[in-house]
Amino acid sequence: MSSADTFPRLLSEHANVRPNAPALREKYLGIWQSWSWADTNREVRQMACGLAALGFKRGDNLAIIGDNRPQLYMAFAAAQCLGGVAVPMYQDAVSAEMTHVLEDAAIRFAIVEDQEQVDKLLEVREGFVSVAHVIYSDPRGLRNYNAPGLQSLEALRALGEGFDNGNPGFFDAEVAKGQSTDVSVMLYTSGTTGKPKGVCQTHEAFITSAKGGVAFDNLSAADNVLSYLPMAWVGDHLFSYAQWLVAGFTVNCPESAETVMIDLREIGPTYYFAPPRVFESLLTNVMIRMEDASKIKRSLFDRFMAVAKRCGADILDGREVSLGDRIQYAIGNVLIYGPLKNTLGMSRIRVAYTAGAAIGPDLFRFYRSIGINLKQLYGQTETCAYVTLQPDRQIKFDSVGKAAPSVELKLAENGEVLVRGPMVLKEYYKRPDATAESIDREGYFHTGDAGVFDSDGHLKIIDRAKDVGRLANGAMFAPNYIENKLKFWSHIKEAVCFGHDKDSVMAFINIDLTAVGNWAERRNIVYSGYIDLAGKDEVYSLIKDCIEKVNAELAAEGELSHSQISRFLILHKELDPDDDELTRTRKVRRGFIAEKYAPLLDALFTGKSMQHIETQVKFEDGRSGSISADLKIVDAKRLPAISKAAA
Amino acid sequence: MNEQEHGRKIGDVILKVENISLRFGGVKALTDISFDVREHEIRAIIGPNGAGKSSMLNVLNGVYTPQEGVITYRGQQRKDMNTHEAAESGIARTFQNIALFSGMTVLDNIMTGRNLKIRSSFVEQAFWFGRARREEIENRAKVEEIIDFLQLQSVRKTPVARLPYGIKKRVELARALAAEPSMLLLDEPMAGMNVEEKQDMCRFVIDTNDQFGTTIVLIEHDMGVVMDISDRVVVLDYGKKIGDGTPNEVRNDPEVIKAYLGAH
Repeated sequence: MSSADTFPRLLSEHANVRPNAPALREKYLGIWQSWSWADTNREVRQMACGLAALGFKRGDNLAIIGDNRPQLYMAFAAAQCLGGVAVPMYQDAVSAEMTHVLEDAAIRFAIVEDQEQVDKLLEVREGFVSVAHVIYSDPRGLRNYNAPGLQSLEALRALGEGFDNGNPGFFDAEVAKGQSTDVSVMLYTSGTTGKPKGVCQTHEAFITSAKGGVAFDNLSAADNVLSYLPMAWVGDHLFSYAQWLVAGFTVNCPESAETVMIDLREIGPTYYFAPPRVFESLLTNVMIRMEDASKIKRSLFDRFMAVAKRCGADILDGREVSLGDRIQYAIGNVLIYGPLKNTLGMSRIRVAYTAGAAIGPDLFRFYRSIGINLKQLYGQTETCAYVTLQPDRQIKFDSVGKAAPSVELKLAENGEVLVRGPMVLKEYYKRPDATAESIDREGYFHTGDAGVFDSDGHLKIIDRAKDVGRLANGAMFAPNYIENKLKFWSHIKEAVCFGHDKDSVMAFINIDLTAVGNWAERRNIVYSGYIDLAGKDEVYSLIKDCIEKVNAELAAEGELSHSQISRFLILHKELDPDDDELTRTRKVRRGFIAEKYAPLLDALFTGKSMQHIETQVKFEDGRSGSISADLKIVDAKRLPAISKAAA
Repeated sequence: MNEQEHGRKIGDVILKVENISLRFGGVKALTDISFDVREHEIRAIIGPNGAGKSSMLNVLNGVYTPQEGVITYRGQQRKDMNTHEAAESGIARTFQNIALFSGMTVLDNIMTGRNLKIRSSFVEQAFWFGRARREEIENRAKVEEIIDFLQLQSVRKTPVARLPYGIKKRVELARALAAEPSMLLLDEPMAGMNVEEKQDMCRFVIDTNDQFGTTIVLIEHDMGVVMDISDRVVVLDYGKKIGDGTPNEVRNDPEVIKAYLGAH
């Protein structure tokens, strides 16, 4: 592997070693357009020189906002060439949310995708002056804008070319000045608690982490990935930027957020990363379409999925499987698994990862059983995404694997996972207090997650350490753990459980409109929309069923058997990041929800059977309105705890 | 919305309608209607149900021939004209009831809008060589630009029958745009849409006008939409013109309020 120790040096090395190999692709006007490594290097150079001409200096922060676009990935490198720091931001954040990051990082320069982002920045600028230069890559709709400091990427590159010609040697000297210990990127935490904090990561941290992963899974320049997850998320930065520049593979950008599934099929990536919800919605789509399929197809599907369930994962893991099963699996592969993988765009996948939330065992087994090498990893923004990885052939659905290369891992007394190694963050931006709080004197980063090691040394994550509470009777209460169990049912999209310091556990449920809608259609239940469907008695009894099954599982889990859900309600609106109920990475903000829906929570705990609620909602265009509903509250059956001995 | 925001210059009168009357037997659909349309403007025709809006649009693109009156389009006076001639002179339209080929994909439907641009012969097309091949590539490129413009990428290869209503309307607009019209007639482009679809459609109408400079004549039932996006509005009631002017003027016209706005 290369010895280059900063991202700009890695880029110029690729441009020398494989100038004509595709570095980036993007589908535009229906056709996949490619940028070779040489093209990429040249455009980055122009962009960097253009920024320099505008006064961008070593140590400056560059905001990058938009969907995954080749130009925006190049913008990371352009900032880093000048010793600057790339600050990717969530592209679907509303302007008010952006203000915090823009102010915190003192952003003067921003490279953004399109009119939508320009509008937001210009709006923010009215109250706050420091975003002096806004550069956009897609000029549509911007022809008549004449705000000061606003220009197109094309103009910037032209400016850069002129600057480069006038100052030969400037660019190379800047790249040579870069140190591996310089901060390369600042990723903001999702802000599950409090204001987002800027996590400063060095070139060294991400390069070490990326090299670890590349060696672990034998990634090479021949691999292809599809980049469709937010660029501001650490996972995308690792997979589509750090590993891209370390391994030299090809990053493909989808045509638009809506075409990802189509683009996935066309590209057929060899290396794939997605949070569990993506795998889940793919499977839900497959199942819905299978239910509409003809009888013959359905029976073939059922027949061979049963075979896959029996032996598919074992075949993938190289365990012993009888000859009969192997033959059946081979036939199934021709008739069902192969075509299915092709439809999903997963025919060529060698390694797929999922992380960010717990994945349901059935879901996980489904993909492995049809021969997709899906694995789990665990990590966070502060550790460059990797802490643990599942090694090939040592896959367990309930653990997240073993410590990744160069990661030191241990558990604190209260079960909190502690991490040490080069991938741990340098600091939180301008927050020495927070830095001191999360990195201890021995250099261990406190993840805030509670975990246990199993007998094989695999790490198992239970919950956020601070979320683990106690019921009034002193029994352990791990809300996330229960919520995940609930969410494994395809009919439940989100769940929020409450019970700390209480006698019993209560739950808010969000139904999955696609799955429950389809279920209702097949039963001729008429509904007009989410609110209507959520209030149906049939839906309540469907959800009650799911909850009682979860209770049955919990009953067998020792101390957690006290956490069985006694009462629940189905919320009248879907929890939404725009309403601050979820983080941008779709984690529930339990405290905020408890406050916002206090009357509902009271009604649950006081035994009412009905509660009226009125809620403010924010629409995507920034307007707000309110919806109100009368919600039913239903009791669920609890089972007596089953002792370990009896089980 | 003023001219500056549209970023375009409203030009001279390009379409002039004078004293048009249209009768179906004894039914008077339109009586003595006169108005004009200027280059690059968004001109709305509004009115209650049965006011004669769609009839007016059908007169403009030659579906109906009025019994009386004269239409002058780009200096050319005409009394009757067929739809084919209207299309060739750069007028395209969409329909109130979606009129797409429902078994064909979005892409193919939009390609049909390029029909008038095709010069190659039937034989060339059947064997796909020479001019036919070059033309198809050019036309496809143009259609892809429209798909990009109207954000239809995700349904490019989907048969129209499988699409929701709001998207079908957008495909209709796409097909009309594929003809690269200088004037676009839209028959209730937002009818039956939900709020979000309406907002999208408004954006697309404004963008079309802004980006391609297309003159747009639209019929609309939804008052809010009309007032927001039009430069000038004609108001019809029972086949007669009762108001004409900027949205503000029309909004304050007592007769219009009586006939239309008052009812809402």
